[in-house]
Amino acid sequence: MIQVEGLTKRFGSFTAVDNINLQIRAGEIFGLLGPNGAGKSTTFKMMCGLLSPTSGKAYVNGLDLAEAPGEARGHIGYMAQKFSLYDNLDVRQNLDFFAGIYNLSGKTRADAIDQMVDIFALSPYLKENAGILPLGFKQRLALSCALMHRPYIHFLDEPTSGVDPITRQEFWNHIRGLVTKGVTIMITTHFMDEAEYCDRIALIYRGKLIAEAAPAVLKQQANAPTLEEAFIHHIEEYDAKNPL
Amino acid sequence: MIVLDDVSKQFAGAKEQALSHISGTINKGTIAGLVGPDGAGKTTLIRLITELLLPTSGTITLQCRREEIGYMPQKFGLYEDLTVQQNLNLYADLQGIVGEERERRFTTLFEFTNLSPFKDRLAGKLSGGMKQKLGLACVLIKTPKLLVLDEPSVGVDPLSRRELWKMVQQLLADDITVIWSTAYLDEAARCDAVLLLNDGKLLFTGTPEQFVKGKSSFEEAYIDILGGSHEGPSVLADAMVQLPTEGKR
Repeated sequence: MIQVEGLTKRFGSFTAVDNINLQIRAGEIFGLLGPNGAGKSTTFKMMCGLLSPTSGKAYVNGLDLAEAPGEARGHIGYMAQKFSLYDNLDVRQNLDFFAGIYNLSGKTRADAIDQMVDIFALSPYLKENAGILPLGFKQRLALSCALMHRPYIHFLDEPTSGVDPITRQEFWNHIRGLVTKGVTIMITTHFMDEAEYCDRIALIYRGKLIAEAAPAVLKQQANAPTLEEAFIHHIEEYDAKNPL
Repeated sequence: MIVLDDVSKQFAGAKEQALSHISGTINKGTIAGLVGPDGAGKTTLIRLITELLLPTSGTITLQCRREEIGYMPQKFGLYEDLTVQQNLNLYADLQGIVGEERERRFTTLFEFTNLSPFKDRLAGKLSGGMKQKLGLACVLIKTPKLLVLDEPSVGVDPLSRRELWKMVQQLLADDITVIWSTAYLDEAARCDAVLLLNDGKLLFTGTPEQFVKGKSSFEEAYIDILGGSHEGPSVLADAMVQLPTEGKR
């Protein structure tokens, strides 16, 4: 569903992302993990077409993001940190805006918006600015905005940073539900309990892919009881083999 | 020791109290973890404790002066177009730390944060974890008696989070009192005391052991005190059409 070949990004003399290869299957929850500043966000942005690579290719559903960006993006839903929305637009305007950028029009657009309002019980909030919504409703609205065009792939960039455990649990409930419908999930997170929910994890460090496996396998390789220990082990091992 | 005695805060024009009848104590030289959902009143409580806001009613006794409070807000004011060293210089100037003491302090803080290799890097070019460490270093230019950290580990990776935690543990040894608000329950579980806020009310205050008593985990206790979580099928997934998982679509 997602294919990444030799993906590289250089900023001047600095290589932020260095020759990363990944293959993500349909219906998979794939986690991209790594320390701050490791190149994780840069990789992520190139994978969903927000940033163009210096070299290498990224495909979604067989479409080259460089050659058919519009069509490829039509298959993608994107959600940023802590359910980011346009805070000074109201709920209705946010839905309208996202329907517009995903090229929904006419009856399809009206139906898609109505459906989201209906399933998430957003009607009492339609005239409220998104910025003042309770976090639980922000989450619902952000999911609505990202998913109303029914994408095959959902890109989530640290969606739960600073979010409390109950809201996070509700969020993951939706994610697991989406996967049962065949949606592919690509997520970055610093919560190790969330990383455990992933089918596979790629660990990015110093711009390179240093480990890629199921959570259980990563722990086994590191002989670590928790994913956090495994994470730290893989990084320290890489540092030991590749001194600066 | 910090004593909160029946503290309430009502913002002008708001229907509900932001904080309602909060009472509790935080012992000297301990770390208190402040948890609760978004909008629970954590940041308001922190602003009352740091004397940036005044309570509508009730009293807060700090047993230290305002200048002895170190406060790191959620978005700490680092100057992104200044280097790491220049940021520290600025905060040292603001605090009036000069001469030998200034150099001694810088050396300690660089050791403490492992930021020396990045002295000349612009703060705006630091990673999230390093920014938080620099923010903490700026707050600690003058050793506080009370250190208040508002969600210092948001968006920080596990390795940096661990380093941040270790840094704060070292401060406790010097009898500094710490208040640490967080969405990470594993951090709260390692604190000496836990304060759980919801809808402006203090639902729990006590030790982590008392918090989890009779429950299988800290998270289970948290969810239970807050009245349970939404389980069951996702309404969102129900509304989505089934996608084929084989071949190109």
